[in-house]
Amino acid sequence: MTALNLSRLITAAADAIAAHAEELTALDQAIGDGDHGLNMKRGFEAVRAETEAYSAKPLPEALKAIGTKLVMTVGGASGPLFGTLFMALGKEISTDPDHANLTAAFGKAIEAVAARGKSQVGQKTMLDVLQPVHDALAVGKTASELADIADAAAEATVPMKALRGRASFLGDRSIGHMDAGARSTALLVRTVAQIIGDKA
Amino acid sequence: MSNVGIVIVSHSPLVAEGTADMVRQMVGDEVPLAWCGGNGHGGLGTNVEAIMGAIDKAWSEAGVAILVDLGGAETNSEMAVEMIGEPRAQKIIVCNAPIVEGAVMAATEASGGASLREVVATAHELSPS
Repeated sequence: MTALNLSRLITAAADAIAAHAEELTALDQAIGDGDHGLNMKRGFEAVRAETEAYSAKPLPEALKAIGTKLVMTVGGASGPLFGTLFMALGKEISTDPDHANLTAAFGKAIEAVAARGKSQVGQKTMLDVLQPVHDALAVGKTASELADIADAAAEATVPMKALRGRASFLGDRSIGHMDAGARSTALLVRTVAQIIGDKA
Repeated sequence: MSNVGIVIVSHSPLVAEGTADMVRQMVGDEVPLAWCGGNGHGGLGTNVEAIMGAIDKAWSEAGVAILVDLGGAETNSEMAVEMIGEPRAQKIIVCNAPIVEGAVMAATEASGGASLREVVATAHELSPS
Protein backbone atom coordinates (compact mmCIF):
# COMPACT_ATOMS: atom_id res chain seq x y z
CA MET A 1 0.00 0.00 0.00
CA THR A 2 1.44 3.35 -0.96
CA ALA A 3 1.73 6.33 1.35
CA LEU A 4 -0.81 8.12 -0.80
CA ASN A 5 -3.36 5.40 -0.15
CA LEU A 6 -2.90 5.41 3.61
CA SER A 7 -3.21 9.16 3.69
CA ARG A 8 -6.41 8.92 1.59
CA LEU A 9 -7.73 6.23 3.93
CA ILE A 10 -7.12 8.30 7.05
CA THR A 11 -8.71 11.38 5.52
CA ALA A 12 -11.73 9.45 4.30
CA ALA A 13 -12.19 7.66 7.65
CA ALA A 14 -11.92 10.89 9.64
CA ASP A 15 -14.36 12.58 7.22
CA ALA A 16 -16.85 9.72 7.53
CA ILE A 17 -16.74 9.72 11.32
CA ALA A 18 -17.03 13.51 11.47
CA ALA A 19 -19.97 13.51 9.05
CA HIS A 20 -21.81 10.92 11.14
CA ALA A 21 -20.75 12.05 14.64
CA GLU A 22 -24.20 13.33 15.54
CA GLU A 23 -25.89 10.18 14.26
CA LEU A 24 -23.49 8.00 16.30
CA THR A 25 -24.10 10.07 19.41
CA ALA A 26 -27.87 9.81 18.92
CA LEU A 27 -27.61 6.00 18.65
CA ASP A 28 -25.49 5.92 21.79
CA GLN A 29 -27.87 8.21 23.67
CA ALA A 30 -30.67 5.71 23.07
CA ILE A 31 -28.96 2.80 24.82
CA GLY A 32 -25.50 3.89 25.99
CA ASP A 33 -23.90 6.91 27.61
CA GLY A 34 -24.22 9.20 24.62
CA ASP A 35 -20.59 10.01 23.96
CA HIS A 36 -19.73 7.69 21.09
CA GLY A 37 -19.92 10.20 18.23
CA LEU A 38 -17.91 12.86 20.00
CA ASN A 39 -15.34 10.34 21.24
CA MET A 40 -14.82 8.76 17.82
CA LYS A 41 -14.58 12.16 16.18
CA ARG A 42 -11.96 13.33 18.66
CA GLY A 43 -9.93 10.17 18.08
CA PHE A 44 -10.04 10.24 14.30
CA GLU A 45 -9.25 13.97 14.21
CA ALA A 46 -6.19 13.22 16.35
CA VAL A 47 -5.20 10.54 13.82
CA ARG A 48 -5.86 12.91 10.92
CA ALA A 49 -3.52 15.47 12.51
CA GLU A 50 -0.66 13.01 12.15
CA THR A 51 -1.47 11.65 8.70
CA GLU A 52 1.92 12.63 7.35
CA ALA A 53 3.83 10.78 10.07
CA TYR A 54 1.74 7.62 9.62
CA SER A 55 2.10 7.72 5.85
CA ALA A 56 5.87 7.72 6.22
CA LYS A 57 5.81 4.44 8.17
CA PRO A 58 5.54 0.88 6.83
CA LEU A 59 1.90 -0.27 6.98
CA PRO A 60 2.24 -2.48 10.11
CA GLU A 61 3.93 0.31 12.07
CA ALA A 62 1.43 2.88 10.83
CA LEU A 63 -1.54 0.75 11.94
CA LYS A 64 -0.01 0.14 15.37
CA ALA A 65 0.62 3.87 15.81
CA ILE A 66 -2.93 4.71 14.71
CA GLY A 67 -4.28 2.14 17.19
CA THR A 68 -2.23 3.59 20.02
CA LYS A 69 -3.44 7.08 19.14
CA LEU A 70 -7.07 5.89 19.19
CA VAL A 71 -6.55 4.23 22.59
CA MET A 72 -5.19 7.48 23.99
CA THR A 73 -7.69 9.87 22.44
CA VAL A 74 -11.08 8.20 21.87
CA GLY A 75 -11.77 7.44 25.53
CA GLY A 76 -14.78 5.49 26.70
CA ALA A 77 -14.65 1.78 26.10
CA SER A 78 -14.45 2.46 22.36
CA GLY A 79 -10.87 3.74 22.62
CA PRO A 80 -9.37 0.42 23.72
CA LEU A 81 -11.69 -1.56 21.43
CA PHE A 82 -11.06 0.33 18.19
CA GLY A 83 -7.45 0.90 19.23
CA THR A 84 -6.96 -2.83 19.77
CA LEU A 85 -8.47 -3.54 16.34
CA PHE A 86 -5.85 -1.37 14.62
CA MET A 87 -2.95 -2.39 16.88
CA ALA A 88 -3.66 -6.09 16.38
CA LEU A 89 -4.11 -5.58 12.63
CA GLY A 90 -0.71 -3.86 12.56
CA LYS A 91 0.87 -6.75 14.43
CA GLU A 92 -0.37 -9.35 11.94
CA ILE A 93 -0.36 -7.59 8.59
CA SER A 94 2.59 -7.56 6.17
CA THR A 95 4.05 -4.42 4.62
CA ASP A 96 2.39 -5.24 1.31
CA PRO A 97 -0.54 -7.52 2.20
CA ASP A 98 -2.16 -9.85 -0.30
CA HIS A 99 -5.72 -11.09 0.12
CA ALA A 100 -4.71 -14.09 2.27
CA ASN A 101 -2.59 -12.01 4.64
CA LEU A 102 -5.23 -9.31 4.94
CA THR A 103 -7.92 -11.89 5.73
CA ALA A 104 -5.77 -13.66 8.31
CA ALA A 105 -4.66 -10.41 9.96
CA PHE A 106 -8.23 -9.12 10.08
CA GLY A 107 -9.32 -12.38 11.70
CA LYS A 108 -6.63 -12.08 14.38
CA ALA A 109 -7.59 -8.44 15.00
CA ILE A 110 -11.22 -9.46 15.54
CA GLU A 111 -10.10 -12.08 18.07
CA ALA A 112 -8.12 -9.37 19.88
CA VAL A 113 -11.16 -7.08 20.02
CA ALA A 114 -13.30 -9.94 21.36
CA ALA A 115 -10.71 -10.64 24.06
CA ARG A 116 -10.42 -6.96 24.99
CA GLY A 117 -14.19 -6.58 25.30
CA LYS A 118 -14.71 -10.08 26.75
CA SER A 119 -17.41 -10.36 24.13
CA GLN A 120 -18.47 -12.49 21.21
CA VAL A 121 -20.66 -12.33 18.13
CA GLY A 122 -24.38 -11.96 18.87
CA GLN A 123 -24.05 -9.60 21.84
CA LYS A 124 -24.94 -6.38 19.95
CA THR A 125 -21.43 -4.98 19.52
CA MET A 126 -18.95 -4.01 16.81
CA LEU A 127 -18.08 -7.72 16.54
CA ASP A 128 -21.46 -8.26 14.90
CA VAL A 129 -20.22 -6.20 11.96
CA LEU A 130 -16.56 -7.23 11.97
CA GLN A 131 -17.20 -10.99 11.84
CA PRO A 132 -19.58 -11.10 8.83
CA VAL A 133 -17.29 -8.68 6.96
CA HIS A 134 -14.35 -10.96 7.69
CA ASP A 135 -16.27 -14.02 6.55
CA ALA A 136 -17.30 -12.26 3.34
CA LEU A 137 -13.73 -11.10 2.73
CA ALA A 138 -12.51 -14.67 3.21
CA VAL A 139 -14.77 -15.97 0.44
CA GLY A 140 -13.67 -13.23 -1.94
CA LYS A 141 -16.58 -10.80 -1.94
CA THR A 142 -15.91 -7.49 -3.69
CA ALA A 143 -15.26 -4.23 -1.87
CA SER A 144 -18.71 -2.86 -2.57
CA GLU A 145 -20.34 -6.11 -1.44
CA LEU A 146 -18.34 -5.87 1.81
CA ALA A 147 -19.63 -2.35 2.41
CA ASP A 148 -23.23 -3.51 1.92
CA ILE A 149 -22.70 -6.54 4.16
CA ALA A 150 -21.33 -4.22 6.87
CA ASP A 151 -24.39 -1.95 6.67
CA ALA A 152 -26.76 -4.91 6.79
CA ALA A 153 -24.86 -6.35 9.75
CA ALA A 154 -25.12 -3.07 11.66
CA GLU A 155 -28.83 -3.01 10.86
CA ALA A 156 -29.09 -6.57 12.18
CA THR A 157 -27.99 -5.39 15.65
CA VAL A 158 -31.32 -3.53 16.02
CA PRO A 159 -33.38 -6.53 17.24
CA MET A 160 -30.49 -7.90 19.33
CA LYS A 161 -30.42 -7.68 23.11
CA ALA A 162 -27.20 -6.09 24.40
CA LEU A 163 -25.13 -8.43 26.55
CA ARG A 164 -21.98 -6.33 26.83
CA GLY A 165 -21.25 -2.67 27.47
CA ARG A 166 -23.41 0.01 29.00
CA ALA A 167 -26.41 -0.99 26.87
CA SER A 168 -26.50 -4.37 28.64
CA PHE A 169 -27.73 -2.60 31.81
CA LEU A 170 -30.96 -1.92 29.92
CA GLY A 171 -31.64 -5.60 29.26
CA ASP A 172 -34.67 -6.01 26.98
CA ARG A 173 -34.94 -2.24 26.57
CA SER A 174 -31.78 -2.36 24.43
CA ILE A 175 -33.83 -4.19 21.78
CA GLY A 176 -35.00 -2.00 18.92
CA HIS A 177 -31.94 0.26 18.71
CA MET A 178 -28.87 -0.08 16.50
CA ASP A 179 -25.59 -0.50 18.36
CA ALA A 180 -23.49 2.64 17.94
CA GLY A 181 -20.20 0.73 17.76
CA ALA A 182 -21.62 -1.54 15.06
CA ARG A 183 -22.68 1.53 13.10
CA SER A 184 -19.29 3.24 13.33
CA THR A 185 -17.60 -0.03 12.35
CA ALA A 186 -19.83 -0.27 9.26
CA LEU A 187 -18.93 3.33 8.38
CA LEU A 188 -15.23 2.50 8.57
CA VAL A 189 -15.67 -0.70 6.52
CA ARG A 190 -17.48 1.25 3.78
CA THR A 191 -14.76 3.89 3.78
CA VAL A 192 -11.95 1.37 3.50
CA ALA A 193 -13.86 -0.62 0.87
CA GLN A 194 -14.37 2.49 -1.23
CA ILE A 195 -10.69 3.47 -1.14
CA ILE A 196 -9.39 -0.05 -1.77
CA GLY A 197 -12.14 -0.65 -4.30
CA ASP A 198 -11.02 2.45 -6.20
CA LYS A 199 -7.54 1.01 -6.41
CA ALA A 200 -8.64 -2.38 -7.72
CA MET B 1 6.96 1.36 50.04
CA SER B 2 6.62 -2.39 50.34
CA ASN B 3 2.81 -2.52 50.66
CA VAL B 4 0.61 -3.22 47.65
CA GLY B 5 -0.57 -0.02 45.94
CA ILE B 6 -4.20 0.86 45.22
CA VAL B 7 -5.47 2.68 42.12
CA ILE B 8 -9.04 3.95 41.87
CA VAL B 9 -10.50 4.49 38.40
CA SER B 10 -13.95 6.03 38.06
CA HIS B 11 -15.79 7.72 35.21
CA SER B 12 -16.25 10.61 37.61
CA PRO B 13 -13.27 12.43 39.15
CA LEU B 14 -15.49 13.25 42.12
CA VAL B 15 -16.25 9.60 42.78
CA ALA B 16 -12.58 8.65 42.36
CA GLU B 17 -11.33 11.38 44.65
CA GLY B 18 -14.05 10.75 47.23
CA THR B 19 -13.24 7.04 47.25
CA ALA B 20 -9.57 7.86 47.71
CA ASP B 21 -10.48 10.13 50.65
CA MET B 22 -12.29 7.24 52.31
CA VAL B 23 -9.33 4.92 51.73
CA ARG B 24 -6.93 7.50 53.13
CA GLN B 25 -9.07 7.89 56.23
CA MET B 26 -8.88 4.12 56.79
CA VAL B 27 -5.22 3.48 56.12
CA GLY B 28 -3.46 6.84 56.25
CA ASP B 29 -0.21 6.78 54.29
CA GLU B 30 0.45 3.08 54.78
CA VAL B 31 -0.55 2.27 51.24
CA PRO B 32 0.55 3.88 47.95
CA LEU B 33 -2.67 5.34 46.57
CA ALA B 34 -3.67 7.13 43.38
CA TRP B 35 -6.92 7.90 41.60
CA CYS B 36 -8.09 9.14 38.26
CA GLY B 37 -11.44 9.93 36.72
CA GLY B 38 -12.93 11.79 33.80
CA ASN B 39 -12.23 11.54 30.08
CA GLY B 40 -9.44 14.10 30.08
CA HIS B 41 -11.66 16.61 28.30
CA GLY B 42 -13.77 17.74 31.20
CA GLY B 43 -16.45 15.08 30.80
CA LEU B 44 -17.29 11.79 32.44
CA GLY B 45 -15.20 8.83 31.32
CA THR B 46 -11.87 7.17 31.79
CA ASN B 47 -8.67 7.48 29.83
CA VAL B 48 -5.74 5.17 29.41
CA GLU B 49 -3.03 7.80 29.80
CA ALA B 50 -4.39 8.96 33.15
CA ILE B 51 -4.69 5.37 34.36
CA MET B 52 -1.07 4.66 33.38
CA GLY B 53 -0.09 7.80 35.32
CA ALA B 54 -2.03 6.69 38.39
CA ILE B 55 -0.39 3.24 38.27
CA ASP B 56 3.02 4.92 38.18
CA LYS B 57 2.08 7.08 41.13
CA ALA B 58 0.83 4.17 43.26
CA TRP B 59 3.55 1.79 42.04
CA SER B 60 4.90 -0.71 44.52
CA GLU B 61 7.21 -3.65 43.91
CA ALA B 62 4.58 -5.69 45.77
CA GLY B 63 2.12 -4.83 42.99
CA VAL B 64 -0.90 -2.66 42.36
CA ALA B 65 -4.62 -3.47 42.66
CA ILE B 66 -6.98 -1.39 40.51
CA LEU B 67 -10.60 -0.76 41.51
CA VAL B 68 -12.96 0.37 38.74
CA ASP B 69 -16.58 1.40 38.38
CA LEU B 70 -18.36 0.74 35.06
CA GLY B 71 -17.27 -1.38 32.08
CA GLY B 72 -15.26 1.27 30.23
CA ALA B 73 -13.11 1.81 33.31
CA GLU B 74 -12.30 -1.90 33.33
CA THR B 75 -11.55 -2.05 29.60
CA ASN B 76 -9.38 1.07 29.78
CA SER B 77 -7.56 -0.22 32.87
CA GLU B 78 -6.77 -3.53 31.16
CA MET B 79 -5.53 -1.60 28.13
CA ALA B 80 -3.31 0.54 30.39
CA VAL B 81 -1.82 -2.57 32.02
CA GLU B 82 -1.09 -4.04 28.60
CA MET B 83 0.57 -0.83 27.44
CA ILE B 84 2.72 -0.66 30.57
CA GLY B 85 3.88 -4.14 29.55
CA GLU B 86 6.02 -6.72 31.28
CA PRO B 87 7.64 -7.10 33.74
CA ARG B 88 5.38 -4.67 35.64
CA ALA B 89 2.12 -5.84 34.04
CA GLN B 90 2.15 -9.17 35.86
CA LYS B 91 2.10 -7.27 39.17
CA ILE B 92 -1.02 -5.25 38.30
CA ILE B 93 -4.52 -6.68 38.73
CA VAL B 94 -7.86 -5.12 37.85
CA CYS B 95 -10.27 -6.19 40.61
CA ASN B 96 -13.80 -7.39 40.10
CA ALA B 97 -15.38 -5.61 43.05
CA PRO B 98 -17.57 -2.60 43.88
CA ILE B 99 -15.33 0.46 43.64
CA VAL B 100 -15.84 2.08 47.06
CA GLU B 101 -16.12 -1.01 49.25
CA GLY B 102 -13.48 -2.79 47.17
CA ALA B 103 -10.98 0.05 47.50
CA VAL B 104 -11.46 0.39 51.25
CA MET B 105 -11.24 -3.36 51.89
CA ALA B 106 -8.30 -3.87 49.53
CA ALA B 107 -6.40 -0.96 51.07
CA THR B 108 -7.05 -2.20 54.59
CA GLU B 109 -5.72 -5.62 53.62
CA ALA B 110 -2.74 -4.02 51.87
CA SER B 111 -1.89 -1.86 54.89
CA GLY B 112 -1.19 -5.02 56.87
CA GLY B 113 1.46 -6.09 54.40
CA ALA B 114 -0.67 -8.65 52.54
CA SER B 115 0.43 -9.93 49.12
CA LEU B 116 -1.19 -8.71 45.90
CA ARG B 117 -3.05 -12.03 45.64
CA GLU B 118 -4.47 -11.63 49.15
CA VAL B 119 -5.43 -8.00 48.55
CA VAL B 120 -7.27 -8.88 45.35
CA ALA B 121 -8.99 -11.87 46.99
CA THR B 122 -10.30 -9.59 49.76
CA ALA B 123 -11.80 -7.22 47.19
CA HIS B 124 -13.29 -10.08 45.19
CA GLU B 125 -15.10 -11.41 48.26
CA LEU B 126 -17.38 -8.38 47.92
CA SER B 127 -18.62 -9.45 44.49
CA PRO B 128 -21.69 -11.61 44.08
CA SER B 129 -20.37 -14.84 42.61
